[in-house]
Amino acid sequence: MIEAVDIYKSFDGKMILDNVSATFKTGHTNLIIGQSGSGKTVLLKTLVGLHEPDSGSVIYDARNFTGMSDQERIDARKEIGMLFQGSALFDSQTVEENVRFPLDIFTDQSLEERRERANACLKRVNLENINHLFPSEISGGMQKRVAIARAIALNPRYLFCDEPNSGLDPKTAIVIDELIQEITQEYNMTTIVNTHDMNSVFAIGENIVFIYEGKKHWEGTSDDIFHSDNQALNDFIFASKFFKKIKEHR
Amino acid sequence: MTFLFHLGRYALFVRDVFRRPVKHRLLLTQTIKEMDVLGLSSVGIVFIISFFMGAVITLQTAYNIELPFIPKYTVGVAARDSILLEFSSTIVSLILAGKVGSHIASEIGTMRVTEQIDVLDVMGINSAGFLVLPKVLAMIFLLPFLVLISMGIGIIGGWTAGSLTGVVPSNDFIYGIQYAFIPFYIVYSLIKAVVFAFLITTISGYWGYYTTGGSLEVGHSSTRAVVVSSIQILLFNLLLTQLLLA
Repeated sequence: MIEAVDIYKSFDGKMILDNVSATFKTGHTNLIIGQSGSGKTVLLKTLVGLHEPDSGSVIYDARNFTGMSDQERIDARKEIGMLFQGSALFDSQTVEENVRFPLDIFTDQSLEERRERANACLKRVNLENINHLFPSEISGGMQKRVAIARAIALNPRYLFCDEPNSGLDPKTAIVIDELIQEITQEYNMTTIVNTHDMNSVFAIGENIVFIYEGKKHWEGTSDDIFHSDNQALNDFIFASKFFKKIKEHR
Repeated sequence: MTFLFHLGRYALFVRDVFRRPVKHRLLLTQTIKEMDVLGLSSVGIVFIISFFMGAVITLQTAYNIELPFIPKYTVGVAARDSILLEFSSTIVSLILAGKVGSHIASEIGTMRVTEQIDVLDVMGINSAGFLVLPKVLAMIFLLPFLVLISMGIGIIGGWTAGSLTGVVPSNDFIYGIQYAFIPFYIVYSLIKAVVFAFLITTISGYWGYYTTGGSLEVGHSSTRAVVVSSIQILLFNLLLTQLLLA
């Protein structure tokens, strides 16, 4: 479980996160949603330690991540996997080298063992026989899956995904969503997904936190959304005619 | 204020670069790889530039001291000292600040804007050290060799030009390059090469590492890396000359 407690964060005097508190459950796909510029990416990066909060704390299973020493943080980070918006695969490395990278750095396994683990992770995301290809030689959807394989290589306890569907067609986006949800349950991880994709919200949103103008405005499940009277949430979720119709028919 | 901001942040960046690496074996592998990418790939350009600059230095010196009471071997002496003292270390380093510096800044800058550096940070890897230290070590090790190569090729270039044009007879030139030779000049040049290698790699790494934005900013970082590295090379050249030769 990950808890954000009274998080404040500002840049150049502009408040981006204003007293945000939320709980993200283990074994669930937790979603942070909100429109562009709402502060959800800053919240995700604060949770993962890429930004330091001005005040407040981030708790990883009763361990205060914000208050950890550098060495404690380095150890804690081995339990974290992260999937970035643009996949962020290393251009100069092949697919297999990308997936093997955390193993090369943090384990003393033999090359054979590391390769075996990398292949197992690639197989888990339904990718085989592309080990020797470079990221530029595979599709965007495949890049996302390679990034997921890299993120799970060290059996992390926490998985963070920043807009995993960005730039993907709807069908591939669903495949990635389902893969994230399956892996979360299989590894019993605490997964936090940052998204503004409505398909993701309804497909995998087990616990949803809605951020609006830097504040947490709403929290609930994908079913709760239909009964919410939060104006900002409704304006965001049911912005399109299609989703408005769905709401009317329920 | 901007200057002080960058100076302070550069100092902190250099401290991070030299923090203990995650795995020494990996550092060695990466350093060898960088030697190939940054150093060995520059041998060709060092060869060409050194040969022609040596030739031009010889011809210009010869044409400017065409006096009957100055012996011809003086051209060899002047060409040798120009090449050893200034050209091979400073000019070659300035050229490599352009080639290697822009390469480092654009590579690391692209990694920054595509979040590849964030991947390292999330994993708890010291990204500054992981990306820049191998480049610093590779260049510190290889630049002195490139300078030595440049010295040799520059002198060969001078001898070839002098002999082929007939401006300086071969025997006079060879006598000149041996006349009143001071071995410390080579040591002085190699010390400068080590300092310049450090400046090129850390300054370029710094500008790349702190790139924000997109491809346009990567280009800006690359340009700044070359400009700032070049100015620092000239500044430290002055300081080292005063310190080592005064």
